[in-house]
Amino acid sequence: MSLAVRVIPCLDVDAGRVVKGINFKELRDAGDPVELARTYDAEGADELTFLDISASHEGRATTLEIVSATAEQVFIPLTVGGGIRSVEDVDRMLRAGADKIAVNTAALDRPDLIAEIADRFGNQVLVLSVDARRCVGEARTDSGFEVTTHGGRRSAGVDAIAWAARAAELGAGEILLNAMDADGTTDGFDLELIRAVRAEVTIPVIASGGAGAPEHFAPAVDAGADAVLAATVFHFGTLRIGEVKDALAAAGMPVR
Amino acid sequence: MSAPSVVVLDYGSGNLRSAVRAVERAGAEVTLTGDLDTALEADGLLVPGVGAFEACMKGLRAIRGERIIARRLSGGRPVLGICVGMQILFDAGIEHGVATQGCGEWPGVVERLQAPIVPHMGWNTVDVPGDTRLFAGIEDERFYFVHSYGVRDWRLVTNDRTPDSHQPRVTWAETGSEPGTGDRFVAAVENGPLCATQFHPEKSGDAGAQLLRNWVQTL
Repeated sequence: MSLAVRVIPCLDVDAGRVVKGINFKELRDAGDPVELARTYDAEGADELTFLDISASHEGRATTLEIVSATAEQVFIPLTVGGGIRSVEDVDRMLRAGADKIAVNTAALDRPDLIAEIADRFGNQVLVLSVDARRCVGEARTDSGFEVTTHGGRRSAGVDAIAWAARAAELGAGEILLNAMDADGTTDGFDLELIRAVRAEVTIPVIASGGAGAPEHFAPAVDAGADAVLAATVFHFGTLRIGEVKDALAAAGMPVR
Repeated sequence: MSAPSVVVLDYGSGNLRSAVRAVERAGAEVTLTGDLDTALEADGLLVPGVGAFEACMKGLRAIRGERIIARRLSGGRPVLGICVGMQILFDAGIEHGVATQGCGEWPGVVERLQAPIVPHMGWNTVDVPGDTRLFAGIEDERFYFVHSYGVRDWRLVTNDRTPDSHQPRVTWAETGSEPGTGDRFVAAVENGPLCATQFHPEKSGDAGAQLLRNWVQTL
Protein backbone atom coordinates (compact mmCIF):
# COMPACT_ATOMS: atom_id res chain seq x y z
CA MET A 1 0.00 0.00 0.00
CA SER A 2 1.22 3.46 -0.78
CA LEU A 3 0.08 7.01 -1.12
CA ALA A 4 0.56 8.37 -4.64
CA VAL A 5 2.33 11.59 -5.57
CA ARG A 6 -0.40 13.94 -6.76
CA VAL A 7 -0.07 15.72 -10.09
CA ILE A 8 -2.23 18.84 -10.18
CA PRO A 9 -2.93 21.14 -13.14
CA CYS A 10 -3.83 24.71 -12.19
CA LEU A 11 -6.31 26.74 -14.27
CA ASP A 12 -6.35 30.54 -14.11
CA VAL A 13 -9.95 31.65 -14.42
CA ASP A 14 -10.99 35.23 -15.24
CA ALA A 15 -14.70 36.04 -15.32
CA GLY A 16 -15.61 32.45 -16.10
CA ARG A 17 -13.01 31.79 -18.79
CA VAL A 18 -9.67 30.03 -18.55
CA VAL A 19 -6.90 32.40 -19.51
CA LYS A 20 -3.34 31.77 -20.72
CA GLY A 21 -2.79 29.91 -23.93
CA ILE A 22 -4.34 26.51 -24.30
CA ASN A 23 -3.43 24.06 -26.93
CA PHE A 24 -5.51 20.92 -26.69
CA LYS A 25 -6.54 19.87 -30.18
CA GLU A 26 -9.49 17.83 -28.97
CA LEU A 27 -11.21 20.73 -27.18
CA ARG A 28 -14.00 22.55 -28.94
CA ASP A 29 -13.68 25.52 -26.62
CA ALA A 30 -10.32 25.75 -24.90
CA GLY A 31 -11.47 28.62 -22.73
CA ASP A 32 -14.29 26.66 -21.09
CA PRO A 33 -13.08 25.64 -17.61
CA VAL A 34 -15.53 22.76 -17.32
CA GLU A 35 -14.42 21.21 -20.59
CA LEU A 36 -10.78 21.68 -19.70
CA ALA A 37 -11.37 20.18 -16.25
CA ARG A 38 -12.94 17.14 -17.90
CA THR A 39 -9.98 16.79 -20.23
CA TYR A 40 -7.48 16.93 -17.37
CA ASP A 41 -9.56 14.41 -15.41
CA ALA A 42 -9.53 12.04 -18.40
CA GLU A 43 -5.74 12.47 -18.64
CA GLY A 44 -5.33 11.35 -15.03
CA ALA A 45 -5.07 14.60 -13.04
CA ASP A 46 -5.25 13.77 -9.33
CA GLU A 47 -6.86 17.07 -8.35
CA LEU A 48 -7.76 20.33 -10.06
CA THR A 49 -6.97 23.83 -8.87
CA PHE A 50 -8.89 26.88 -10.09
CA LEU A 51 -7.25 30.20 -9.44
CA ASP A 52 -9.76 33.03 -9.76
CA ILE A 53 -7.95 36.09 -11.10
CA SER A 54 -11.11 38.13 -11.72
CA ALA A 55 -10.80 41.72 -10.60
CA SER A 56 -14.54 42.45 -10.49
CA HIS A 57 -17.34 41.31 -8.22
CA GLU A 58 -19.27 40.01 -11.25
CA GLY A 59 -16.24 38.01 -12.32
CA ARG A 60 -16.12 36.31 -8.95
CA ALA A 61 -19.81 35.44 -9.07
CA THR A 62 -19.20 33.77 -12.44
CA THR A 63 -16.37 31.74 -10.91
CA LEU A 64 -18.83 30.36 -8.39
CA GLU A 65 -20.97 29.10 -11.29
CA ILE A 66 -17.91 27.53 -12.90
CA VAL A 67 -17.03 25.70 -9.69
CA SER A 68 -20.55 24.42 -9.43
CA ALA A 69 -20.70 23.26 -13.06
CA THR A 70 -17.32 21.52 -12.70
CA ALA A 71 -18.26 19.74 -9.48
CA GLU A 72 -21.38 18.40 -11.21
CA GLN A 73 -19.30 16.64 -13.83
CA VAL A 74 -15.79 15.98 -12.56
CA PHE A 75 -15.40 13.58 -9.65
CA ILE A 76 -11.93 14.39 -8.38
CA PRO A 77 -10.99 16.95 -5.69
CA LEU A 78 -11.35 20.59 -6.63
CA THR A 79 -9.43 23.44 -4.97
CA VAL A 80 -10.41 27.06 -5.53
CA GLY A 81 -8.25 30.06 -4.72
CA GLY A 82 -8.12 33.76 -5.46
CA GLY A 83 -10.02 36.51 -3.69
CA ILE A 84 -11.09 34.42 -0.68
CA ARG A 85 -11.24 36.89 2.22
CA SER A 86 -13.71 35.55 4.77
CA VAL A 87 -15.35 32.49 6.30
CA GLU A 88 -18.46 33.40 4.27
CA ASP A 89 -16.44 33.29 1.02
CA VAL A 90 -15.25 29.81 1.98
CA ASP A 91 -18.76 28.64 2.82
CA ARG A 92 -20.05 29.83 -0.56
CA MET A 93 -17.27 28.02 -2.43
CA LEU A 94 -17.77 24.77 -0.50
CA ARG A 95 -21.52 24.88 -1.09
CA ALA A 96 -20.88 25.44 -4.79
CA GLY A 97 -18.89 22.20 -4.84
CA ALA A 98 -15.27 23.05 -3.99
CA ASP A 99 -13.45 20.60 -1.71
CA LYS A 100 -10.57 22.83 -0.68
CA ILE A 101 -9.99 26.57 -0.55
CA ALA A 102 -6.65 28.30 -1.09
CA VAL A 103 -6.01 31.54 0.78
CA ASN A 104 -3.05 33.83 0.26
CA THR A 105 -3.11 37.62 0.75
CA ALA A 106 -6.11 37.69 3.08
CA ALA A 107 -4.30 35.36 5.50
CA LEU A 108 -1.21 37.57 5.40
CA ASP A 109 -3.36 40.60 6.21
CA ARG A 110 -5.12 38.76 9.02
CA PRO A 111 -3.59 35.41 10.08
CA ASP A 112 -6.56 34.66 12.36
CA LEU A 113 -8.56 33.98 9.20
CA ILE A 114 -6.70 30.64 8.98
CA ALA A 115 -7.90 29.57 12.42
CA GLU A 116 -11.44 30.80 11.74
CA ILE A 117 -11.71 28.73 8.55
CA ALA A 118 -10.10 25.65 10.10
CA ASP A 119 -12.34 25.80 13.18
CA ARG A 120 -15.48 26.02 11.11
CA PHE A 121 -14.72 23.61 8.25
CA GLY A 122 -11.75 21.55 9.41
CA ASN A 123 -8.11 22.05 8.41
CA GLN A 124 -8.45 19.65 5.47
CA VAL A 125 -10.30 22.34 3.47
CA LEU A 126 -7.64 24.98 3.91
CA VAL A 127 -4.66 25.35 1.60
CA LEU A 128 -2.25 28.17 2.43
CA SER A 129 -0.82 29.55 -0.79
CA VAL A 130 2.62 31.15 -0.33
CA ASP A 131 4.40 33.13 -3.06
CA ALA A 132 8.00 32.84 -1.91
CA ARG A 133 11.35 34.06 -3.25
CA ARG A 134 14.89 34.67 -2.10
CA CYS A 135 15.22 38.02 -0.34
CA VAL A 136 16.18 40.90 -2.63
CA GLY A 137 17.32 44.46 -1.91
CA GLU A 138 17.15 45.62 1.67
CA ALA A 139 14.90 42.79 2.84
CA ARG A 140 16.48 40.12 5.04
CA THR A 141 14.84 37.18 6.78
CA ASP A 142 16.26 34.38 8.94
CA SER A 143 15.67 31.75 6.27
CA GLY A 144 16.72 33.94 3.34
CA PHE A 145 13.27 33.45 1.77
CA GLU A 146 10.52 36.06 1.89
CA VAL A 147 6.82 36.17 1.09
CA THR A 148 5.73 38.31 -1.84
CA THR A 149 2.38 39.75 -2.88
CA HIS A 150 0.95 41.17 -6.10
CA GLY A 151 2.18 38.28 -8.21
CA GLY A 152 5.70 38.44 -6.83
CA ARG A 153 6.20 42.15 -7.40
CA ARG A 154 6.15 43.26 -3.76
CA SER A 155 7.79 42.03 -0.62
CA ALA A 156 5.44 41.36 2.27
CA GLY A 157 8.35 41.71 4.70
CA VAL A 158 7.68 38.24 6.12
CA ASP A 159 9.92 35.16 6.36
CA ALA A 160 8.40 32.60 3.98
CA ILE A 161 9.45 29.54 5.96
CA ALA A 162 8.32 30.95 9.31
CA TRP A 163 5.02 31.98 7.71
CA ALA A 164 4.39 28.46 6.39
CA ALA A 165 5.12 27.00 9.83
CA ARG A 166 2.87 29.51 11.57
CA ALA A 167 0.02 28.87 9.12
CA ALA A 168 0.30 25.14 9.79
CA GLU A 169 0.06 25.82 13.53
CA LEU A 170 -2.97 28.05 12.99
CA GLY A 171 -4.73 25.24 11.16
CA ALA A 172 -3.80 25.17 7.48
CA GLY A 173 -4.08 21.61 6.13
CA GLU A 174 -1.67 21.99 3.25
CA ILE A 175 0.89 24.44 1.81
CA LEU A 176 0.82 25.45 -1.86
CA LEU A 177 4.38 26.64 -2.31
CA ASN A 178 4.82 28.92 -5.31
CA ALA A 179 8.50 29.54 -6.05
CA MET A 180 8.59 33.01 -7.59
CA ASP A 181 12.29 32.75 -8.56
CA ALA A 182 11.60 29.59 -10.56
CA ASP A 183 8.17 30.54 -11.89
CA GLY A 184 8.13 30.80 -15.66
CA THR A 185 11.76 29.67 -16.08
CA THR A 186 10.86 26.07 -17.02
CA ASP A 187 14.28 25.18 -15.53
CA GLY A 188 12.84 23.00 -12.79
CA PHE A 189 11.40 23.39 -9.30
CA ASP A 190 13.10 25.40 -6.55
CA LEU A 191 14.42 22.43 -4.58
CA GLU A 192 16.12 24.54 -1.93
CA LEU A 193 12.83 26.26 -1.11
CA ILE A 194 10.92 22.96 -0.98
CA ARG A 195 13.53 21.47 1.39
CA ALA A 196 13.39 24.51 3.65
CA VAL A 197 9.59 24.35 4.01
CA ARG A 198 9.52 20.56 4.34
CA ALA A 199 11.95 20.80 7.26
CA GLU A 200 9.56 23.05 9.18
CA VAL A 201 6.05 21.71 8.50
CA THR A 202 4.34 18.32 8.93
CA ILE A 203 1.40 19.03 6.63
CA PRO A 204 1.45 18.18 2.89
CA VAL A 205 3.40 20.51 0.58
CA ILE A 206 2.43 21.13 -3.05
CA ALA A 207 5.40 22.33 -5.11
CA SER A 208 4.70 24.89 -7.81
CA GLY A 209 6.79 26.99 -10.18
CA GLY A 210 9.50 26.12 -12.65
CA ALA A 211 8.36 22.84 -14.18
CA GLY A 212 9.48 22.50 -17.80
CA ALA A 213 10.28 18.84 -18.42
CA PRO A 214 9.05 15.45 -17.18
CA GLU A 215 12.32 14.84 -15.32
CA HIS A 216 11.83 17.98 -13.20
CA PHE A 217 9.10 16.44 -11.04
CA ALA A 218 10.84 13.56 -9.23
CA PRO A 219 13.52 15.82 -7.68
CA ALA A 220 10.75 18.03 -6.23
CA VAL A 221 9.28 14.96 -4.54
CA ASP A 222 12.72 13.90 -3.32
CA ALA A 223 13.11 17.37 -1.84
CA GLY A 224 9.92 16.81 0.17
CA ALA A 225 6.92 17.72 -1.98
CA ASP A 226 3.81 15.54 -1.59
CA ALA A 227 2.23 16.91 -4.74
CA VAL A 228 3.35 18.83 -7.81
CA LEU A 229 1.41 21.59 -9.53
CA ALA A 230 1.89 23.28 -12.89
CA ALA A 231 -0.14 25.57 -15.11
CA THR A 232 1.47 26.82 -18.31
CA VAL A 233 3.28 23.65 -19.32
CA PHE A 234 0.05 21.70 -19.13
CA HIS A 235 -2.04 24.39 -20.84
CA PHE A 236 0.31 24.75 -23.77
CA GLY A 237 0.56 21.01 -24.12
CA THR A 238 4.35 21.18 -23.54
CA LEU A 239 3.78 18.42 -20.98
CA ARG A 240 0.94 15.98 -20.55
CA ILE A 241 -0.18 14.66 -17.16
CA GLY A 242 0.59 11.12 -18.31
CA GLU A 243 4.18 11.98 -19.23
CA VAL A 244 4.78 13.48 -15.80
CA LYS A 245 3.39 10.39 -14.11
CA ASP A 246 5.47 8.09 -16.29
CA ALA A 247 8.60 10.02 -15.30
CA LEU A 248 7.69 9.85 -11.60
CA ALA A 249 7.00 6.13 -11.85
CA ALA A 250 10.31 5.60 -13.65
CA ALA A 251 12.00 7.30 -10.69
CA GLY A 252 10.37 4.74 -8.39
CA MET A 253 7.61 6.98 -7.06
CA PRO A 254 4.03 5.77 -6.58
CA VAL A 255 1.53 7.36 -8.97
CA ARG A 256 -2.12 6.76 -9.64
CA MET B 1 -38.35 -1.15 -11.48
CA SER B 2 -37.93 2.41 -10.30
CA ALA B 3 -34.57 3.67 -9.11
CA PRO B 4 -33.85 3.19 -5.39
CA SER B 5 -34.25 6.32 -3.26
CA VAL B 6 -31.28 7.65 -1.30
CA VAL B 7 -31.21 10.45 1.23
CA VAL B 8 -27.92 12.32 1.63
CA LEU B 9 -28.18 13.50 5.21
CA ASP B 10 -27.82 17.28 5.47
CA TYR B 11 -26.69 18.28 8.96
CA GLY B 12 -24.29 21.15 8.33
CA SER B 13 -22.03 22.75 5.78
CA GLY B 14 -19.43 21.24 3.49
CA ASN B 15 -19.39 19.99 -0.06
CA LEU B 16 -22.55 17.88 -0.29
CA ARG B 17 -23.20 18.64 -3.95
CA SER B 18 -20.57 16.18 -5.12
CA ALA B 19 -22.01 13.40 -2.97
CA VAL B 20 -25.50 14.03 -4.32
CA ARG B 21 -24.32 14.09 -7.93
CA ALA B 22 -22.16 10.99 -7.54
CA VAL B 23 -24.99 8.93 -6.04
CA GLU B 24 -27.37 10.14 -8.75
CA ARG B 25 -24.84 9.02 -11.31
CA ALA B 26 -24.76 5.64 -9.55
CA GLY B 27 -28.44 5.18 -10.40
CA ALA B 28 -30.39 6.45 -7.38
CA GLU B 29 -33.07 9.10 -6.86
CA VAL B 30 -31.34 11.41 -4.39
CA THR B 31 -32.80 13.83 -1.86
CA LEU B 32 -30.60 16.13 0.22
CA THR B 33 -32.37 16.65 3.52
CA GLY B 34 -32.11 16.56 7.31
CA ASP B 35 -35.75 15.53 7.67
CA LEU B 36 -36.18 12.54 9.97
CA ASP B 37 -39.12 10.87 8.23
CA THR B 38 -37.67 11.23 4.74
CA ALA B 39 -34.37 9.81 5.98
CA LEU B 40 -36.12 6.85 7.63
CA GLU B 41 -38.19 6.02 4.57
CA ALA B 42 -35.46 6.18 1.92
CA ASP B 43 -34.10 2.90 0.54
CA GLY B 44 -30.58 4.02 1.45
CA LEU B 45 -29.14 6.67 3.77
CA LEU B 46 -25.79 8.28 3.03
CA VAL B 47 -24.13 10.02 5.97
CA PRO B 48 -21.42 12.42 4.77
CA GLY B 49 -19.09 14.35 7.05
CA VAL B 50 -16.11 16.69 6.93
CA GLY B 51 -14.24 18.65 9.58
CA ALA B 52 -14.07 17.90 13.27
CA PHE B 53 -15.68 14.83 14.90
CA GLU B 54 -17.16 16.95 17.69
CA ALA B 55 -18.70 19.50 15.31
CA CYS B 56 -20.17 16.70 13.18
CA MET B 57 -21.71 14.95 16.21
CA LYS B 58 -23.19 18.24 17.34
CA GLY B 59 -24.75 18.80 13.92
CA LEU B 60 -25.95 15.21 13.74
CA ARG B 61 -27.57 15.33 17.19
CA ALA B 62 -29.33 18.59 16.34
CA ILE B 63 -31.37 16.71 13.74
CA ARG B 64 -31.51 13.48 15.83
CA GLY B 65 -29.33 11.89 13.18
CA GLU B 66 -27.91 9.24 15.51
CA ARG B 67 -31.48 8.00 16.11
CA ILE B 68 -32.21 7.94 12.38
CA ILE B 69 -29.13 5.76 11.88
CA ALA B 70 -29.95 3.44 14.79
CA ARG B 71 -33.59 2.98 13.76
CA ARG B 72 -32.69 2.24 10.19
CA LEU B 73 -30.13 -0.35 11.26
CA SER B 74 -32.47 -2.08 13.69
CA GLY B 75 -34.78 -2.59 10.72
CA GLY B 76 -31.93 -3.85 8.56
CA ARG B 77 -32.10 -0.78 6.30
CA PRO B 78 -28.87 0.29 4.54
CA VAL B 79 -26.68 3.14 5.76
CA LEU B 80 -23.41 4.29 4.17
CA GLY B 81 -21.06 6.59 6.12
CA ILE B 82 -18.35 8.56 4.31
CA CYS B 83 -15.19 10.08 5.86
CA VAL B 84 -16.21 11.69 9.19
CA GLY B 85 -19.60 10.12 8.43
CA MET B 86 -17.81 6.79 8.96
CA GLN B 87 -15.89 7.96 12.03
CA ILE B 88 -19.01 9.04 13.94
CA LEU B 89 -20.38 5.47 13.66
CA PHE B 90 -17.78 4.37 16.23
CA ASP B 91 -17.93 4.73 20.05
CA ALA B 92 -15.89 7.92 20.34
CA GLY B 93 -13.54 10.36 18.69
CA ILE B 94 -10.49 11.73 20.50
CA GLU B 95 -9.34 15.15 19.33
CA HIS B 96 -6.74 17.20 21.21
CA GLY B 97 -7.05 14.78 24.14
CA VAL B 98 -10.81 15.29 24.47
CA ALA B 99 -13.17 12.39 23.77
CA THR B 100 -16.53 12.99 22.09
CA GLN B 101 -19.15 10.27 22.15
CA GLY B 102 -20.09 8.91 18.74
CA CYS B 103 -23.09 6.89 17.55
CA GLY B 104 -21.65 3.67 18.96
CA GLU B 105 -22.80 1.43 16.12
CA TRP B 106 -19.33 -0.11 16.14
CA PRO B 107 -16.93 -0.44 19.08
CA GLY B 108 -13.67 1.45 18.77
CA VAL B 109 -12.24 4.94 18.87
CA VAL B 110 -11.16 7.44 16.27
CA GLU B 111 -7.66 8.74 17.02
CA ARG B 112 -5.11 11.05 15.45
CA LEU B 113 -3.03 9.30 12.79
CA GLN B 114 0.57 8.65 13.80
CA ALA B 115 2.45 9.68 10.68
CA PRO B 116 5.18 12.17 9.74
CA ILE B 117 2.77 14.05 7.49
CA VAL B 118 -0.83 14.67 8.56
CA PRO B 119 -3.49 15.15 7.09
CA HIS B 120 -3.25 11.90 5.15
CA MET B 121 -4.18 13.42 1.81
CA GLY B 122 -4.34 11.93 -1.65
CA TRP B 123 -4.88 8.73 -3.62
CA ASN B 124 -4.00 5.60 -1.69
CA THR B 125 -4.21 1.89 -2.34
CA VAL B 126 -6.42 -0.27 -0.12
CA ASP B 127 -6.19 -3.82 1.19
CA VAL B 128 -9.61 -5.35 0.44
CA PRO B 129 -10.71 -8.69 1.94
CA GLY B 130 -12.22 -11.22 -0.43
CA ASP B 131 -15.92 -11.46 -1.11
CA THR B 132 -17.09 -7.88 -0.63
CA ARG B 133 -20.04 -6.30 -2.39
CA LEU B 134 -18.70 -2.75 -2.17
CA PHE B 135 -15.48 -3.50 -4.04
CA ALA B 136 -16.95 -5.92 -6.58
CA GLY B 137 -15.31 -5.35 -9.95
CA ILE B 138 -12.71 -2.98 -8.46
CA GLU B 139 -9.14 -4.22 -8.43
CA ASP B 140 -5.85 -2.41 -7.85
CA GLU B 141 -7.55 0.97 -7.75
CA ARG B 142 -6.70 3.97 -5.61
CA PHE B 143 -9.19 6.05 -3.60
CA TYR B 144 -9.02 9.67 -2.47
CA PHE B 145 -8.48 10.21 1.25
CA VAL B 146 -8.29 13.42 3.25
CA HIS B 147 -8.33 13.04 7.04
CA SER B 148 -6.17 13.47 10.14
CA TYR B 149 -7.89 10.87 12.33
CA GLY B 150 -8.68 7.22 11.86
CA VAL B 151 -9.74 3.92 13.45
CA ARG B 152 -6.63 1.85 14.08
CA ASP B 153 -8.29 -1.11 15.88
CA TRP B 154 -11.26 -3.16 14.66
CA ARG B 155 -12.98 -4.53 17.78
CA LEU B 156 -16.41 -5.84 16.77
CA VAL B 157 -17.02 -9.26 18.30
CA THR B 158 -18.56 -11.90 16.03
CA ASN B 159 -18.50 -15.69 16.04
CA ASP B 160 -19.20 -18.46 13.59
CA ARG B 161 -22.92 -18.27 14.33
CA THR B 162 -23.00 -14.72 12.91
CA PRO B 163 -24.66 -15.04 9.48
CA ASP B 164 -22.13 -14.74 6.68
CA SER B 165 -23.94 -11.69 5.27
CA HIS B 166 -23.29 -9.87 8.56
CA GLN B 167 -19.67 -10.94 9.08
CA PRO B 168 -17.72 -7.69 8.90
CA ARG B 169 -15.47 -7.23 5.89
CA VAL B 170 -12.82 -4.68 6.84
CA THR B 171 -10.64 -2.93 4.27
CA TRP B 172 -7.39 -1.39 5.51
CA ALA B 173 -5.02 1.31 4.31
CA GLU B 174 -1.85 2.87 5.64
CA THR B 175 -0.22 6.28 5.57
CA GLY B 176 2.94 7.10 3.64
CA SER B 177 4.56 5.97 0.42
CA GLU B 178 6.72 3.13 1.74
CA PRO B 179 4.60 -0.02 2.04
CA GLY B 180 4.66 -1.60 5.50
CA THR B 181 6.01 1.51 7.27
CA GLY B 182 2.92 3.68 7.72
CA ASP B 183 0.12 3.91 10.27
CA ARG B 184 -2.56 1.31 9.48
CA PHE B 185 -6.22 2.33 9.71
CA VAL B 186 -9.69 1.19 8.66
CA ALA B 187 -10.40 2.35 5.08
CA ALA B 188 -13.83 0.76 4.65
CA VAL B 189 -16.25 -1.60 6.41
CA GLU B 190 -19.08 -3.72 5.11
CA ASN B 191 -21.20 -5.16 7.92
CA GLY B 192 -24.72 -6.24 6.96
CA PRO B 193 -26.79 -3.09 6.33
CA LEU B 194 -24.04 -0.79 7.64
CA CYS B 195 -21.26 0.19 5.26
CA ALA B 196 -18.68 2.95 5.52
CA THR B 197 -15.61 4.35 3.82
CA GLN B 198 -12.89 6.59 5.26
CA PHE B 199 -12.06 7.70 1.72
CA HIS B 200 -14.32 9.82 -0.49
CA PRO B 201 -15.88 7.60 -3.20
CA GLU B 202 -17.60 10.70 -4.61
CA LYS B 203 -14.13 12.18 -5.26
CA SER B 204 -12.42 8.97 -6.35
CA GLY B 205 -13.12 9.07 -10.09
CA ASP B 206 -14.18 5.85 -11.82
CA ALA B 207 -13.26 3.55 -8.92
CA GLY B 208 -15.40 5.58 -6.55
CA ALA B 209 -18.27 5.62 -9.05
CA GLN B 210 -18.13 1.81 -9.26
CA LEU B 211 -18.20 1.49 -5.46
CA LEU B 212 -21.24 3.77 -5.23
CA ARG B 213 -22.98 1.81 -8.01
CA ASN B 214 -22.25 -1.38 -6.06
CA TRP B 215 -23.82 0.10 -2.94
CA VAL B 216 -26.88 1.47 -4.78
CA GLN B 217 -27.39 -1.99 -6.33
CA THR B 218 -27.75 -3.50 -2.84
CA LEU B 219 -30.69 -1.18 -2.06
